[in-house]
Amino acid sequence: MSEENLTPKKKGFFAHIREGLSRTREALSSKVENLISYYKEMDDDFFEDLLDVLVSSDLGMKTAEDIVNRVRTQVRKEKVGDPQKVRQYMRDAIVEALGGIQDYELPRPAIITMVGVNGTGKTTTAGKLAAKYKAEGRQVILAAADTFRAAAAEQLTVWAERAGAPVIRHQEGSDPAAVVFDALASFKARGADLLIADTAGRLHNKKNLMNELEKIGRVISREAPDVSQEVFLVVDATTGQNALNQARVFSEVAHVTGIVLTKLDSTAKGGIAIAIASELGVPVRFVGLGEGIEDLMPFDPVGFAQGIL
Amino acid sequence: MAFEGLGEKLQGALKKITGRGKIGEADLKAAMREVRLALLEADVNFMVVKDFVKKVSDRALGAEVQASLTPGQQVIKIVNEELTALMGSSHARLTFSSKPITVYMLCGLQGAGKTTMAAKLAALLKKQQSKRPLLVACDIYRPAAIKQLQVVGEQVGVPVYEHGTQDPVLTAQEAYALAQRNGYDVVILDTAGRLQIDEELMAELERIKASVPPQEILLVVDAMIGQESVNVAKSFNDSLGIDGVILTKLDSDTRGGAALSIKAITGKPIKYAGTGEKLTDIEAFHPERMASRILGMGDMLTLIERAQQNFDEKQAQEMEEKLRKQSFTLEDFLDQFEQIKKMGSMAEMLAMIPGGNKINPEDIDEKEMARMEAIIRSMTPKERRNPDILAASRKRRIAKGSGTSVQQVNQLLKQYDMIKQLMKQFGGKGGRRRLRGLKLPL
Repeated sequence: MSEENLTPKKKGFFAHIREGLSRTREALSSKVENLISYYKEMDDDFFEDLLDVLVSSDLGMKTAEDIVNRVRTQVRKEKVGDPQKVRQYMRDAIVEALGGIQDYELPRPAIITMVGVNGTGKTTTAGKLAAKYKAEGRQVILAAADTFRAAAAEQLTVWAERAGAPVIRHQEGSDPAAVVFDALASFKARGADLLIADTAGRLHNKKNLMNELEKIGRVISREAPDVSQEVFLVVDATTGQNALNQARVFSEVAHVTGIVLTKLDSTAKGGIAIAIASELGVPVRFVGLGEGIEDLMPFDPVGFAQGIL
Repeated sequence: MAFEGLGEKLQGALKKITGRGKIGEADLKAAMREVRLALLEADVNFMVVKDFVKKVSDRALGAEVQASLTPGQQVIKIVNEELTALMGSSHARLTFSSKPITVYMLCGLQGAGKTTMAAKLAALLKKQQSKRPLLVACDIYRPAAIKQLQVVGEQVGVPVYEHGTQDPVLTAQEAYALAQRNGYDVVILDTAGRLQIDEELMAELERIKASVPPQEILLVVDAMIGQESVNVAKSFNDSLGIDGVILTKLDSDTRGGAALSIKAITGKPIKYAGTGEKLTDIEAFHPERMASRILGMGDMLTLIERAQQNFDEKQAQEMEEKLRKQSFTLEDFLDQFEQIKKMGSMAEMLAMIPGGNKINPEDIDEKEMARMEAIIRSMTPKERRNPDILAASRKRRIAKGSGTSVQQVNQLLKQYDMIKQLMKQFGGKGGRRRLRGLKLPL
């Protein structure tokens, strides 16, 4: 990592996400543009093609159909003849599917647990979150509760150094709940106001591994009953419909309170986040737009919808 | 398993037109919508789905429904054929260089599982091919990536070469020179995860490729990937020319449509699959089994039963073709035994097994059948699927377990080989003619 990555650049969400999503926007918006210029009137074929555009962005058939139906109803109701207006309708429908505009403020003090399947970017996101809240003046502690993946604790330690936050770690292969237990003790002793626990990636269909996660949750609830608990499910923006299953099972076991959508700087559309928010009602909290420490942005549904279209 | 969902969905979709007298355009359209939905929900890329559905529709509408099939069965047959064609037909093996050192370069997006897969691959080559692999840490960007490779390398007992965060091109060259000096015959390069649109990092891969000519460039892809699979596979293939794909996290409950998409777009085979967290959890990828499984065609018993109910030469050929396309494993062999046992008369049944008429009924008595069954049942599932791994010690164990002798185990394997050979012959040109004389309800 070069030094330059360590200095946060000042850039608004909108500009950032536009940049990150430029490829996405190109792809999707040119498709919508083609549709709009091709169709003189908005007939069934038009909406069928619109559906394809959304499906190709990983929204999934159900959510895509919901959105297209919403747009169609609006078009019929307001007797709109101009396909140009569809773009705005689609944005509105996407924002609505995402649960509308919400101002999210992380409670203080708080404990964040990062969960998700393997390789989505939990450790990286934990590091970026630590840096973000540290910069906002919070006292942050990191817990390396991924004791399974080789060198995961080392990876988190590098991020902790960049963020300037202490990290609590045990040996590889030790009980992750014990790491969290120790981190909580340190959290209380130091009177810190944010603990971020990085957990091992696990596939949601592995019962034993999910039980381990449940145990971590129990330890936190028992040891720090008065502190707000956030559980962030980290979802790779390139993931397909399986992310819905992930969100469902992780929510059941670990009471997920928010989604972090990572790797949105790829050409992936991250449409699966819309499906998750719409079908399960779990809000998207942050998006990851790159490998630099500042490349984590609070999620803004309007900016996201604009960036996408 | 990963593909069951898709199989169920497609079967559900096609059930609606199964068993109906005649298939009209409206029926077909409705069925194809279901097929389309099932494939999309399985994350098959929507362009691939479009092509697929169009191909199947065109064939189904134009095709004459064979006398022995219902229109619904005809459509299932076409869907199956097209699906099999899309997935490819046989397991594509890794190739080795004719020169002493074979270099494999693993590349892919961040978080696909390259580092873990590098160690799994090294362990597999060491164990199955008796190779001396060297792992090389070319990921200089992700914090602790080198350390991770060192740890997993140690776990599988394979040395790791690293040279800190210097230019990975140099590291790769140094590793190659080291391999030459120290007699390593396989070099596995673990490169950094990168977005396919990151030109700088893609150029780095091209430079590594140019400096240490890899025998194979393997794209590592997360089986849970969505519509993006096509862009990723296409970009990596366009700029590097990949030789194969490794799917990771196939033990998740993803329907894994990406496997279809990637094959369709790049034409490059999926060679291996990661199927668990342990470093031994790597399996050869068998596309034809996957394609069969998508439509639930692995269920031979049902097919056989159905075939028996409607004995008919045309259908017999149909079924035989399906069987022939499958790679015939010892598990299938065992299935056949069970079937035979249920049905009784040996001579009658032998005629039903592909190639069975070449075996003289008198050569097999019921006791021998029981013995053969015991032998196969004493094998592990892995051994049944891949009898090639049966070394002397395994054979001894199997003989002990089944109350037979190593000679008898060998005899069974010989018979199995013979049937496989026969099936292969039928698969070739002229096989059809030879088959015509056979009464095969299978």
